[in-house]
Amino acid sequence: MHNVGVIFKKQLKDTLKNKTVLIQFIMFPAMTLLMENAVKIPDMPELFFTKLFSVMFLGMAPITSAAAIISEEKEKNTLRVLTMANVKAWEYLLGVGLYVWTLCVAGAGIMATGLPASDIPFYLGIMAAGLVISVVIGACIGVFSANQMSATSLFVPVMMVFSFSPMLAMFNDKIEKVARIFYTQQLRVLMNQMSFEGIKTESILILIVNAVLAVVLFFVAFRKKGLE
Amino acid sequence: MINAKDICKSFSDKQVLSGIDLDIKPGMIFGLLGPSGAGKTTLIKIITGQTGFDSGEVSVFGKSVKDLTGDDKKQIGIMMDDHGVYDRLSVADNLKIFCDIYGIPYSGIGKALEEVGLSDSAKKPAAKLSKGMLARLKLARVFMVSPKILFLDEPTSGLDPMTMKYIHRLILDRKDSGCTVFLTTHNMEEAAVLCDDVALLNEGKIVDRGAPSEICRRYNHQKKINIHLKTGEEISFPHGAESAEKISSLIAQGKVETIHSSEPTLETVFIELTGRKLEAEEEIRYA
Repeated sequence: MHNVGVIFKKQLKDTLKNKTVLIQFIMFPAMTLLMENAVKIPDMPELFFTKLFSVMFLGMAPITSAAAIISEEKEKNTLRVLTMANVKAWEYLLGVGLYVWTLCVAGAGIMATGLPASDIPFYLGIMAAGLVISVVIGACIGVFSANQMSATSLFVPVMMVFSFSPMLAMFNDKIEKVARIFYTQQLRVLMNQMSFEGIKTESILILIVNAVLAVVLFFVAFRKKGLE
Repeated sequence: MINAKDICKSFSDKQVLSGIDLDIKPGMIFGLLGPSGAGKTTLIKIITGQTGFDSGEVSVFGKSVKDLTGDDKKQIGIMMDDHGVYDRLSVADNLKIFCDIYGIPYSGIGKALEEVGLSDSAKKPAAKLSKGMLARLKLARVFMVSPKILFLDEPTSGLDPMTMKYIHRLILDRKDSGCTVFLTTHNMEEAAVLCDDVALLNEGKIVDRGAPSEICRRYNHQKKINIHLKTGEEISFPHGAESAEKISSLIAQGKVETIHSSEPTLETVFIELTGRKLEAEEEIRYA
């Protein structure tokens, strides 16, 4: 576990100087605070921007940052230096995953500041669970890609599907029917209910299937490509 | 320290290494010489456990390379040509990562940077370093852990002569402190200066091996002494008592400008053995 901490620390230091990744963690929390305080439209659902941006943040930031970090290390051969220094593949991936997840949870914490105090545990709970799935998807893309360019060409469509489908589903029933199979849409539904009592079995099942699929795909990618 | 027996390796249907035998003693600088594509980097990767091999045996520290533990690997320093650094982090922060991994106090960073002459650049982002400075940072990274074996893959490739000499000095210092060095290069002059023992690798096979001076003597077919006279005339004498008298006489008369034996260089030996050039080939490749 020592090396997991080393990777976490390295990423924290690097992020302060990596604007591309840093903006992923800051953009949606900052936009949420801004829009919730600046935009007041009559009949607009309560906490509209918080819920909308939370799901977009969930489907965007962890996927792009995890994929970008891993693919950059592969491209520049710094990952090989780490493995030669006896950092195991699982230690590296867990270090990066924990780092991305922690920063995203911190971002969710900022977005939760507009919620009633009683809703915050539920909100953070479902965000934390959804972020795990997104981090695994991002890691899967990072492991599969040989360099940053191929990672970008993969994570852009994936990220757009997961982050934008819940928003589009609000305006179009056909899209909603397709989007409901995605974990981001189910998390959006849960966010509207904002209570543990109202959770439907269907939502839980879809979340589990999404999580299992992400993990299976990750192991397939890792088996095929490793960290080479 | 490092032993290899009958190593064979192929990628798809291409045989990259064939029947490689090595026996590298502790404290020596061993040079693996050959042109690009000869299989030098692949051999380092095999010996350091970064890549597998089809047949043969490799042992490091008396253990099969497959059985090396984490602690064994911590005693091996590897500087590969393509290994990167963290561009956005400072020189010191790059080294701090490896201090954390190896459990070395940060106080070792200053010493390592001083050794490679990068003390003044400790706070500089790695992205702003020149190629020579980057090479020295990579060396500092491997020196910091005080390895017992050092693998250096083309450590001076593309560097200016001053930086090259600086790095040669660092490598010789490491040897003096008891470190075993495994060096790959296509620079024959570098090999002659640094190496106690060399192997000439061509198309995946070792075509000859030995001390650089011994190899050159072995291929000294001409056995002549070449004299350049002050008049501009070039004269060659075969080895023998009769020649000795004539040469002695020329020296006594003050006619001799320079005098050389006809021993070949490692470069000419390589050409004789393989029909290929080393550095010239590189120059064409990068032209």
